Amino acid sequence: MLALRIKVNIMAESQLVYEPSKTSEIILYVEKLKVHFPLRRSITDIVKRKPRLYVRAVDGVSFDVKKGEVFALAGESGCGKTTTGKSILKLTPVTNGVIGYLPSEKTLNEVNNIQGIRRLTESGHLDLNSIPEKFFKPFRAEIQMIWQDPFGSLNPRRTIYEILEEPLDIHGVGSSREERYDIIAKMLEAVKLTPPDEFMYRYPHMLSGGQRQRIVIARALILNPKLVVADEPVSMLDVSIRAEILQLMMDLKKKLGLTYIFITHDLALARYIANRIAIMYLGKIVELGEARKVIENPYHPYTKALVEAIPEPDPDRRHIIKELPIKGEVPSPVNVPSGCRFHPRCVVLDQRPELAELCKKKEPPLIEVNQGRYVACWLYANK
Amino acid sequence: MSEKLLEVNGLKTYFYTMKGVVKAVDGVDFLLSKGESLGIAGESGCGKSTLAFSIIRLVPAPGRIVGGKINFMGKNVLELNEEEFRKTIRWKGISMIFQGAMNALNPVYTIGDQIAEILVIHKNYTKKEALEEAGKLLAMVGIDPRRIRSYPHELSGGMKQRVVIAMALALKPPLVIADEPTTALDVVVQAQIMNLLKKLKKELGISIILISHDLSLIAEIADKVAIMYGGKIVEIGSSEHIYLNPKHPYTQGLLGSIPRLKGEIKDLTWIPGVPPDLSNPPPGCRFAPRCKYASEKCNKEPPMIEIEKGHFVSCWLYA
Ligand SMILES: Nc1ncnc2c1ncn2[C@@H]1O[C@H](COP(=O)(O)OP(=O)(O)OP(=O)(O)O)[C@@H](O)[C@H]1O
Ligand SMILES: Nc1ncnc2c1ncn2[C@@H]1O[C@H](COP(=O)(O)OP(=O)(O)OP(=O)(O)O)[C@@H](O)[C@H]1O
Ligand code: SF4
Ligand code: SF4
Ligand SMILES: [Mg+2]
Ligand SMILES: [Mg+2]
Repeated sequence: MLALRIKVNIMAESQLVYEPSKTSEIILYVEKLKVHFPLRRSITDIVKRKPRLYVRAVDGVSFDVKKGEVFALAGESGCGKTTTGKSILKLTPVTNGVIGYLPSEKTLNEVNNIQGIRRLTESGHLDLNSIPEKFFKPFRAEIQMIWQDPFGSLNPRRTIYEILEEPLDIHGVGSSREERYDIIAKMLEAVKLTPPDEFMYRYPHMLSGGQRQRIVIARALILNPKLVVADEPVSMLDVSIRAEILQLMMDLKKKLGLTYIFITHDLALARYIANRIAIMYLGKIVELGEARKVIENPYHPYTKALVEAIPEPDPDRRHIIKELPIKGEVPSPVNVPSGCRFHPRCVVLDQRPELAELCKKKEPPLIEVNQGRYVACWLYANK
Repeated sequence: MSEKLLEVNGLKTYFYTMKGVVKAVDGVDFLLSKGESLGIAGESGCGKSTLAFSIIRLVPAPGRIVGGKINFMGKNVLELNEEEFRKTIRWKGISMIFQGAMNALNPVYTIGDQIAEILVIHKNYTKKEALEEAGKLLAMVGIDPRRIRSYPHELSGGMKQRVVIAMALALKPPLVIADEPTTALDVVVQAQIMNLLKKLKKELGISIILISHDLSLIAEIADKVAIMYGGKIVEIGSSEHIYLNPKHPYTQGLLGSIPRLKGEIKDLTWIPGVPPDLSNPPPGCRFAPRCKYASEKCNKEPPMIEIEKGHFVSCWLYA
């Protein structure tokens, strides 16, 4: 075993372990992010001095997002996508790690003299974790979130006008009623709810699902953000109207110079809209690269299984039963398996039993396999 | 000639609400042969679940079947009284996996007890015999039979859905209706459940009616596909007809909106507008307000035309 470990260390040097880029092109980077939620202990657990258990929702995640790109975070339910997104907006306590964000010139000047804010790079990335809540407001305007559920995320007792006015209120945008009205009307036009007057005084329940999602988008964009974290923005909608909302999001991105972090479990969709994608499994990124390449030719055994599992509108499919190249079920993020956290489900180990010892003991690093393509798997990493 | 299993003719199921009559199923016809599987697709609210509830006669109030015939194995089951229907058809002849059923399992009973109950009621098994059979059913759906003593909260979503499938198969009915059996599940678990349904279909020779808003999922199992819009079937045919040669503008729109995993990336299309209000549907073709081919003629209801053998479409473009 010792011999094995030494070998790993030596050989690993020739391969590049993933590190987020921190140039001025990068609007946001996340480095070794961990978000662990403590589980509640019962009285008996406390009396018996059982150790506190943690849900390891995000467990060492690194990635960078280029200005103007669509960066997708994908993976199955519970893998930590939303928690990663929330941590960027300071909506969940971060256990460990760095979130570096490159603010606008204006915001940078605003917070320039505040003590304790950590500047991470020459280019001006600030450590979002180091910014006290009371100074976070300008960042809340620049980084917006589109929530997973368009049905639950709008207050049913407020009109569309009131819903869109709220962020303007909070951030003191628009000096007069007229000015605010104009901003809201323009925003409704931008999300194609026209004429705006016809929609402003309606309540959310008077809109279709697609129209409601446009309001959610309008609310996210009304403060002129730079970065939008869109959490499954179309998964609650009928497939038949998804493309319309996506097209709208892409048009607005171009028009307003936005950057999207696009959270989705739908890989086929990600292939259409994302520039790059990170595949997450149980709180970790297992594969990262150009979206089309990752989805059309996945490397990691988990990504392969995910792609295989996607149904296709092809009438031949009913004649074949194809066993999925994956075993068992997703384990609980409270008891993350040792070594490669995918090992209990990995079919590669059946064909390559000689890898098993390593896979069970040591976590594979996320290494560059070819230009811009990173995989965390001992099949690819030098051992 | 294959044997007829289910024939639905002119079926109408309406909800009599305070705000008016919701015509959720409004003149539906289709034929299913023994061992054949049917997929029913369409947007949310088009009447898929109501059609399924009608077939097993469990339409919730204020809904009522107000017209048509449902022939199952040669009998018009709408003419049976409730007692007869329950004794001879529901569960024994036609069972259903309800939308969201995996979350409706009773939390205070073990899954073994819940499966066994069906066998005790319908087959007069003793508790012991029933539990033994429940274990076999669990094994059939890929769950360790020793888990008959587990409670629903001890199982993952995928396992709960398997339990629900085992319950639907308990009496080995020739027809199982599965209403969105995988919606709440992840793609890997979904694929495993679809594989299970495929295997059961093959091994037991049962017919499955799979209801889903997802045409990709339906392709995994359906020999025949019906496209529903606003309470009506607008196109029906073999899987090959529907996926390779879709004719109705709505079907074409649905297929064009699905992102694909391989091949050239063409712009996705979408269907503009919203589905009709079924308490006040537009006159004539219900799809007309959203159809790019709509013309004067479409103010009249289009007839169902057989444009090739076994491929029917209801649209004036072909009539
Ligand atoms: N506040 C919290 N307290 C405890 N556990 C949490 C909390 N928030 C999330 N978790 C857990 O963290 C894990 C990751 O959750 P998260 O919502 O980030 O997943 P996700 O990838 O967005 O999933 P989905 O696709 O279902 O939205 C899950 O196991 C979840 O139960
Ligand atoms: N109990 C009810 N009372 C009144 N209207 C109802 C009732 N149940 C359903 N409806 C209406 O009947 C129509 C068809 O509903 P149904 O549930 O059959 O649609 P569906 O195609 O199954 O939709 P989904 O894909 O969302 O499950 C809808 O317009 C719905 O609002
Ligand atoms: S590291 Fe080992 S267990 Fe993990 S995915 Fe690769 S081969 Fe499978
Ligand atoms: S009948 Fe007319 S409106 Fe209806 S689908 Fe055909 S062309 Fe379109
Ligand atoms: Mg989420
Ligand atoms: Mg339904």
